[in-house]
Amino acid sequence: MYAYSDFDESFVRDRNIQFRAQVERRIDGALTEEEFKPLRLMNGLYLQLHAYMLRVAIPYGTLNGRQMRQLAMIADRWDKGYGHFTTRQNIQYNWPALRDVPDMLDALADVGMHAIQTSGNTIRNVTADHFAGAAADEVIDPRPVAELIRQWSTDHPEFQFLPRKFKVGVTGSPNDRAVTAAHDIGLRLLVQDGVIGAHVLVGGGLGRTPMIGKTLKDFVPLDDLLPFLEATVAVYNLLGRRDNKYKARIKITVHETGIDEIRRLVDAEFEARKPLFKGFDQALLDQITADFAPPAFEATGPGSYESLRAADPVFRAFTDTNVAEHQHPDYAIVTVSLKAHGATPGDATSDQMRVLADLAERYGHDELRISHEQNVILPHLPKRHVKAVHQALNAAGLATANVGLISDIIACPGMDYCALATARSIPIAQEIAERFDALKLEQDIGPLKIKISGCINACGHHHVGHIGILGLDRAGVENYQITLGGDHTEDAVIGERAGPGFGADDLIPAIERLVYAYLDLRQDRGETFLQAYKRLGMAPFKAALYPQQEAEADAA
Amino acid sequence: MPRPFTPKVVTANALLEGDVVYLKADGAWTRRLAEAELLDEAGLAELRLLDAQARAHEVVGPYLADAQAGPDGPEPVHFREDFRRRGPSNYHHGKQEAR
Repeated sequence: MYAYSDFDESFVRDRNIQFRAQVERRIDGALTEEEFKPLRLMNGLYLQLHAYMLRVAIPYGTLNGRQMRQLAMIADRWDKGYGHFTTRQNIQYNWPALRDVPDMLDALADVGMHAIQTSGNTIRNVTADHFAGAAADEVIDPRPVAELIRQWSTDHPEFQFLPRKFKVGVTGSPNDRAVTAAHDIGLRLLVQDGVIGAHVLVGGGLGRTPMIGKTLKDFVPLDDLLPFLEATVAVYNLLGRRDNKYKARIKITVHETGIDEIRRLVDAEFEARKPLFKGFDQALLDQITADFAPPAFEATGPGSYESLRAADPVFRAFTDTNVAEHQHPDYAIVTVSLKAHGATPGDATSDQMRVLADLAERYGHDELRISHEQNVILPHLPKRHVKAVHQALNAAGLATANVGLISDIIACPGMDYCALATARSIPIAQEIAERFDALKLEQDIGPLKIKISGCINACGHHHVGHIGILGLDRAGVENYQITLGGDHTEDAVIGERAGPGFGADDLIPAIERLVYAYLDLRQDRGETFLQAYKRLGMAPFKAALYPQQEAEADAA
Repeated sequence: MPRPFTPKVVTANALLEGDVVYLKADGAWTRRLAEAELLDEAGLAELRLLDAQARAHEVVGPYLADAQAGPDGPEPVHFREDFRRRGPSNYHHGKQEAR
């Protein structure tokens, strides 16, 4: 894993000293809120509905036990004993007091973490496949490239005042778990003719105007990647609209300018910038790559993993859903669900964080990951230890066997916390999870992604949910629109709106009708909800959602 | 015909804690909506808001929120203000914790 260099360390410390002074000047009245707001946002500090909120970057979702334990300490000391993991692999503290934030940032710096550029019109925390460095299907570990981008983009003088925020996602696997097509720039690393490079997507994004990223270049060799990215962001910085916030993202720039013209401009900019890099970026990447050398995997065999699975149905159910295939045959990737039925998606208590830190240190080569699906991953777990880990997770309320199932819901904080939200998300997620748990249908339904956003900004990724739910304010009442058929993978698709929205009381029965319709319509248990939707289209699902309209149409 | 004026309260977030505050008739800030001054005249509401905006060392982002008279004082009209008055629905945190 990457560890802070002296440069990183002194940079973050200096930034904290600077921000501490800014907070003091705000409190003593020397700075107005208008002056202070952009400064606090650059350091990850928002003012939300009920309190300040500090968003801490977990670059590419990777952290170690010591860092997780520090996140727990911060939650206990300056917050309310928990943290909220987000769809951008960050953690948010919902209740800090303004005076405490500089101390929180210092505590983060103590473990090589920060909150820089988790807000503002800058290049945000770089996200990556949460199975990076572990997945059996991985071609290249995306984290060295992601770390290179973090270093390059942090405080990049040219890119501190972009037209709008800018998000980069990286995957090194053909099975895209990083939603790269919904990023301003999505990188899909691959090997072509023995050369490592990236398929570069540009102009993806959800929000008000959802768009799937378009191919900017089929292949950019690693040697050229950083100058190519810099050229792309530079073109956007000059071309992107600053007259209208809602048209300022690069997806609109690409849409209005045309991908071919953007490519021409980027190529020209690349030619001008490439010589300036002089190979420094490649030397740096080599250093970073060495930091991400895989741990020394122990070929100690799977132990009694299979026989324990056979003997214990609870353990088997857990491994069926929460375990993914590791590169090493004696290892497993274990996803720890933060979606216990009825719990807040993505929330972990400080005690739970400490349990996860302990397990990573004791069994898992001291590595943890946060997924954009708001779960925590133990990426390198010897199979012979999975049972012991399961027992420890169970004792901490962390052994819910629902990863990828209907209750493994992405939900943004919604109007329970967020100042931008138009409706609540969390109670909807809680109700859906509890309802399908009560019906005991979850396993039978199989893979199904429900994603909920509390406003059109789509932090809950509803557009790419198999079932997407968007909370809106309709004449002073919370109202929920359903989209169907979204897909967040390498075959990314924006879901289609099913029809009029539902009130909060009518929403859960509507989802239930939808799911029962799927169970009736599927060819067999092997056909997932998304596959059935792709085969049948909207009509039968719409009929299930709106039986009244259907009946009226039949009568007419 | 002009639309009838919906009564308002002045609300904001406290600078230090970030929590929701309301302006009382005596000019002090309160954490409880029920103690806020209900402003049922547009000119007075604007005047109170201007006063609040001048107190940037105490609060952030003051604005006028629709409210209505209730038996114990002003009550929210919109659900967003109801959540601000109470706290989040997933934990007993925020103002509901203090009671």
